[in-house]
Amino acid sequence: MKSTERHIYSLRPSFHRRVEGAVVWVLRIATLIILVAGLAVFGDIIFKGSRTVFQTSFPFVNVAFLTEAPKTLYVFEHEGASFEMADDDFRAFRTGLEEEAAAAGLPAPQLKTKSYVYSAGGVFPNIVGTILLVMGSMTIALSLGVASAIYLNEYAKQGPVVRFIRLAILNLAGVPSIVFGLFGFGMFVIYFGWNVSLLAGWFTLAFMVLPVVITASEEALKAVPKGFREGSLALGATKWQTIRKAVLPYATPGILTSSILGIARVAGETAPIMFTAAYVVRDKLPWEVERAIDFLFQGVMALPYHIYVVSSKIPQNEYSERVQYGTAFVFLGIVAIIATTSIVLRNRLRSRYRW
Amino acid sequence: MSAHTLMEITPTTFAPPIADKPAQADSEVHQTLIDIANLDFFYGETKALHDISLKIPEKEVTAFIGPSGCGKSTLLRCLNRMNDLIDIARVDRGTIRIRDIDIYQPDVDVIELRKRVGMVFQKSNPFPKSIYENITYGLRLQGVSAKSRLDEVVERSLRGAALWDEVKDRLHESGLSLSGGQQQRLCIARAIAVEPEIILMDEPCSALDPIATARVEELIHELKSKYTIVIVTHNMQQAARCSDRTAFFYLGRLVEYADTQTIFMKPSDAQTEAYVSGRFG
Ligand SMILES: Nc1ncnc2c1ncn2[C@@H]1O[C@H](COP(=O)(O)OP(=O)(O)OP(=O)(O)O)[C@@H](O)[C@H]1O
Ligand SMILES: [Mg+2]
Repeated sequence: MKSTERHIYSLRPSFHRRVEGAVVWVLRIATLIILVAGLAVFGDIIFKGSRTVFQTSFPFVNVAFLTEAPKTLYVFEHEGASFEMADDDFRAFRTGLEEEAAAAGLPAPQLKTKSYVYSAGGVFPNIVGTILLVMGSMTIALSLGVASAIYLNEYAKQGPVVRFIRLAILNLAGVPSIVFGLFGFGMFVIYFGWNVSLLAGWFTLAFMVLPVVITASEEALKAVPKGFREGSLALGATKWQTIRKAVLPYATPGILTSSILGIARVAGETAPIMFTAAYVVRDKLPWEVERAIDFLFQGVMALPYHIYVVSSKIPQNEYSERVQYGTAFVFLGIVAIIATTSIVLRNRLRSRYRW
Repeated sequence: MSAHTLMEITPTTFAPPIADKPAQADSEVHQTLIDIANLDFFYGETKALHDISLKIPEKEVTAFIGPSGCGKSTLLRCLNRMNDLIDIARVDRGTIRIRDIDIYQPDVDVIELRKRVGMVFQKSNPFPKSIYENITYGLRLQGVSAKSRLDEVVERSLRGAALWDEVKDRLHESGLSLSGGQQQRLCIARAIAVEPEIILMDEPCSALDPIATARVEELIHELKSKYTIVIVTHNMQQAARCSDRTAFFYLGRLVEYADTQTIFMKPSDAQTEAYVSGRFG
């Protein structure tokens, strides 16, 4: 018996136990770093953003920020007091002063103003635009994606051709979004002549998330037990009847799970819509169109693009920072609402179609 | 004869099928319903069935037995063309006739065929729908939607599958809430709801306990008066208990086909004897 042999209940840690302990710590620290980074990002946006979106007095929410269009902010001093006014208020104020002065027979007072674009008003048209972009592009992506996933998984003869198509789709998922933006610009905006429009944005964004939707839909279809298909076919169902009644209902929760991720991506991407759908500023709201068809061919304002536009103003200042963070906060809120709705929907489907 | 030497027997030494032996001319001769002739079947380049010829009589229970991988399921799935689902599967030669219709003719409607040739699978596969919806699935596909008719079929099928008394108060609960044996009987009920002529069963009891197995066997016995049943089984006692005729397969070939009694009591092939007496397989 060697003297180095240890009792199995030895309190002194063995080499392997020390390695084990070290590994756990490395993994733990890695997780911690991510946690801290995540908290920092969300904390920053929520902390700074909530100052714009919420307020201490009734109604506690900055209603104007959520319901008005972006406006230019005028900052000036007048008779010892400092003022911050949106452009329309400012013009009314100045007109009032001029009339007052004219009535008194005095020269109109010269106001020394500083103006900051988009730093007043709100982001309502941007919210509307983003929601429209998400709804349209997800509808297109889901219909095309689920249809082709069904074809690839249920109908196509599994062979080299289908394998190649799958590979191509997977690779498409890795293409940077700006490339999709360029593609959409060349294809929809220029070649199809749709101009910068909702329709062009829908298709560009849809193409961007299609790979994810197809891949995930195929996974969801594969997860449906073979027995359901065989059971249905053996009862004399056609393939399409089988898919509709014994496969798709059980694949839907899985498909929705993936599209929830798609929603966040579609809502958040700036590059693909920059050349295809987004306007920096637009006075009319999307439903203020003359003919219904014009609805599809109008550009919209969108939240991520607004953040980009405001943030890329140099020099930065406290007023535009308010808008940036407020917009980011609203954006997170909207993605959270859409995602929660989809998750609730999915869970209800899942409990209904569980196996 | 040991199992070892059996494996070395080359295919050419196999006895020819004895399906047409006049020995079966007993009082209850039924007409041939399924006539398989010289069937060769391939999975890609692999030949899974070699020159199978077999006549299955109407309203009797025919059992397919044989060691794992010998092609029982493959042959069974040929009978309702479930093998069509496998891209690489193909019938290379030979015919399968059901009531004198060659079911592999290109103009045969596979959907119609599968309505007439129902199937029960090894792993019970009720849909995750209610018991009622499981049974009416096939009829709804055919466009039947009258509630009275569906109700009637549900009761008849469940009674036919000896399940009615157990589930009559919970028809709208999920089919998955049933026990394994009940689920398998639900699948049988689902199959008979569309009134097939033939029911194929691929090891229907392999996942069931002895009591559930006994109930399904009893059921098979009852169904025989109305349906032609082909059953694949690994259970010798089951084949002996509930089948009228038995076919023994080995390595993709039909070795012997005769009355179940003959197969189990005095098989004419040495391999059959070794297999049914449990000496290999
Ligand atoms: N989908 C398939 N693709 C390729 N080969 C297959 C396929 N299904 C079965 N085979 C092969 O065909 C042969 C016969 O298989 P089959 O399933 O008919 O056997 P079996 O007698 O039913 O066996 P078991 O008793 O284990 O169910 C086996 O060698 C098997 O490997
Ligand atoms: Mg089998």
